[in-house]
Amino acid sequence: MALADARNGSSEPPKVSLLYNPALRSVLYQVVTLVVIVAAVWYAWNNVVQNLARANMSAGFGFLNSRAGFDIAQTLIAYTSDSTYFRALQVGLLNTLVVAAAGIVTATIVGLLIGVGRLSNNWLIARLCTVYVEIFRNIPPLLVIFFWYLGVLALLPSIRSIFQHLEENPDAIFFISNRGIYMPAPVFGEGFGMVVGAFILGIIAAIAFTIWANARQRATGKRPPVLWVNLGLIVLFPIVVFLVMGSPLSLDYAVPGSFNMRGGMSIGPEFLALYLALSLYTASFIAEIVRAGIRGVSKGQSEAAFALGLRAGHTTRLVVLPQALRIIIPPLTSQYLNLIKNSSLAVAVGYADLVAVGGTILNQSGKSIEIIAIWMLVYVSISLITSLFMNWFNAKMALVER
Amino acid sequence: MSQSITYVREGFIEAEKPPSSDSSVLAWIRHNLFASWKDSLLTVIALAVLVYYLPKAIDWLFVSAVWTGADRTACLTTDQGGQLPAGWSGACWAYVNDRFVQFMFGSYPRDQLWRPLLVAGMFVALLVPFLIPKVPRKGLNALLLLVALPIVAYFLLLGGSFGLRYVETSLWGGLMVTLIISFVGIVMSLPIGILLALGRRSSMPILKMVCIGFIELIRGVPLITVLFMASVLLPLFLEPGNNIDKFLRALIGVSIFASAYMAEVIRGGLQAIPKGQYEAADALGLNYFHKMTFIVLPQAIKLVIPGIVNTFIGMFKDTSLVTIISMYDLLGIVKASFGDSGWITPVTPLTGLIFAGFVFWIFCFGMSRYSAFVERRLDKGHKR
Repeated sequence: MALADARNGSSEPPKVSLLYNPALRSVLYQVVTLVVIVAAVWYAWNNVVQNLARANMSAGFGFLNSRAGFDIAQTLIAYTSDSTYFRALQVGLLNTLVVAAAGIVTATIVGLLIGVGRLSNNWLIARLCTVYVEIFRNIPPLLVIFFWYLGVLALLPSIRSIFQHLEENPDAIFFISNRGIYMPAPVFGEGFGMVVGAFILGIIAAIAFTIWANARQRATGKRPPVLWVNLGLIVLFPIVVFLVMGSPLSLDYAVPGSFNMRGGMSIGPEFLALYLALSLYTASFIAEIVRAGIRGVSKGQSEAAFALGLRAGHTTRLVVLPQALRIIIPPLTSQYLNLIKNSSLAVAVGYADLVAVGGTILNQSGKSIEIIAIWMLVYVSISLITSLFMNWFNAKMALVER
Repeated sequence: MSQSITYVREGFIEAEKPPSSDSSVLAWIRHNLFASWKDSLLTVIALAVLVYYLPKAIDWLFVSAVWTGADRTACLTTDQGGQLPAGWSGACWAYVNDRFVQFMFGSYPRDQLWRPLLVAGMFVALLVPFLIPKVPRKGLNALLLLVALPIVAYFLLLGGSFGLRYVETSLWGGLMVTLIISFVGIVMSLPIGILLALGRRSSMPILKMVCIGFIELIRGVPLITVLFMASVLLPLFLEPGNNIDKFLRALIGVSIFASAYMAEVIRGGLQAIPKGQYEAADALGLNYFHKMTFIVLPQAIKLVIPGIVNTFIGMFKDTSLVTIISMYDLLGIVKASFGDSGWITPVTPLTGLIFAGFVFWIFCFGMSRYSAFVERRLDKGHKR
């Protein structure tokens, strides 16, 4: 038939069922998907309305303005049990950010050291770093948190023995107990703003000097003593201002109260357990990423740098590291995101992060849909912001390819 | 006649031994431990730390540890009400020994333990040949392991039919629950993950957006919030008066979470397949389903097996989070036993956590070794 058509010179395509038209099919599939999803959502929504009506509850975010009625141990902003639920969630979010930021910094430093250590020529150091990575990579983070919280920090001296210790050594200012670490808190006096100003000024001057020094090096080939001048600008200059202003800083010492230490600064065991566990757990993954990144730079690169007469330090800083960073940054981003998400394990030891505070509110008010929606919104936003920042950093670090 | 001084060597000289400064044990030590003053310093510090802590750790774990005992007094010092000398500290393995069955099976009726044991036996019998590359009939093996075993295990473990006693899931616990949750997560996440990955790469905008939205939402939030959603919201979403099993809720939460991660791993594999493979399949006149199942997916999945195993490892570790929605997996049951009045001692938590950590470690380390083995095996095919 088709042959005959072709012979007759007809250009009409052979008749096929409309069902085999790819464009129509794709529209059909999508309509079916959409209908299924809409039906599922409608079914769920219908049930939610009925379930809520049965339990005599209402939906909506109005509850955020009612009184929280519970206390939070670690708060960065003013909070009492009379504050609103919304305030409590803010406190929780800040606590999440604090532990995540501290964990990211520590995990990066430890991970970098361990990763470089695994590549060390020193057999013992390489083996120790391997053992570290293999242990922490293969244990659930929650178990590491419990390990610090129940296994280590709970065995530290009790607050009563700290009181005894203080009676024997009245000069002690730094204590470690099973209720946390106590240390003096800085109290900023009048004129401390000037010191901060001097510090900021020093940093700006140091940046300007570095730019000038780079230009001069390019022009004359001589490098001015950047390190020493910058150290002087950033460290020495604020210290001089500090002394000139008459040392406007005093310390508020922690002193024994009736049941607990009063005053000073304290870090609770919940924070410590979470922070240590997140840092050490994530560090083992970062170590592997760093190792892979450095090994990904071919040996010829560093040999070429040596052949050009660069010193070991310069070779690492100017040749190996910029290329290794290209490999390191994308997986590092996902480790940072994992750490932020894992900080929600705080709820297991009662550190008042977003999930723990939200869980308390959920139990008190029963507003489960709203609380879970808030959680998801906040975590997805944090994840998006972090990946946007890291993508920008990655683009900045990427080699310009032609 | 002058004497000939031509010298012809008729054999090879034996190779000289390398100088002893290059080959002896001492040389090895010098090269690998004391190459420079920095290395020497690091070595000395590391050795000092090892010499100080390693004997202490071994002593705590094994030498001073208590291995037998009926209750907490076995692991208490005299001033705490036990018989051990004051100042003693060591692992209390007697407690782990006493609670071992509980750590493995939770509160599963003791006279019915043959059921989980039988399932475990079938699991091992099917898993081992599946993991050894040389054993034939991988397809049948996979079918039995991934489809038949879950069905048999469901009837065996839960009971209520075939004359077996009904054992409600709230009695399940310990390592058994950890393994069930992670296995179900693995079995569910593979097909759903493949579908999501294909959807994300499809050219249909609505389907694509739905898949991207789902994957990115789930990957952007912590597992705990997904578990809370499954345990708190799922009953709200279903018909009023439903009483959906708590264990099932956790399984759904873990499966949803794992699928999103699996989808991204598989998408990586799909992207690594050259475009020519897709075009060749189209040129042969294969339809979408045939193109994917016969040409693209077999290659893509083979490429990302290490990534899939890594996802499994992550999932296995993440099952410990069901502790937070008050279920008793291995970590949950170990933690719950700290409050057990029969065994409250200062060393109980540390001992229990070290035990649980060791069990988790064995499984995860085994999986990561296997993944490395597969990676090496697959690598050979791609060497040029």
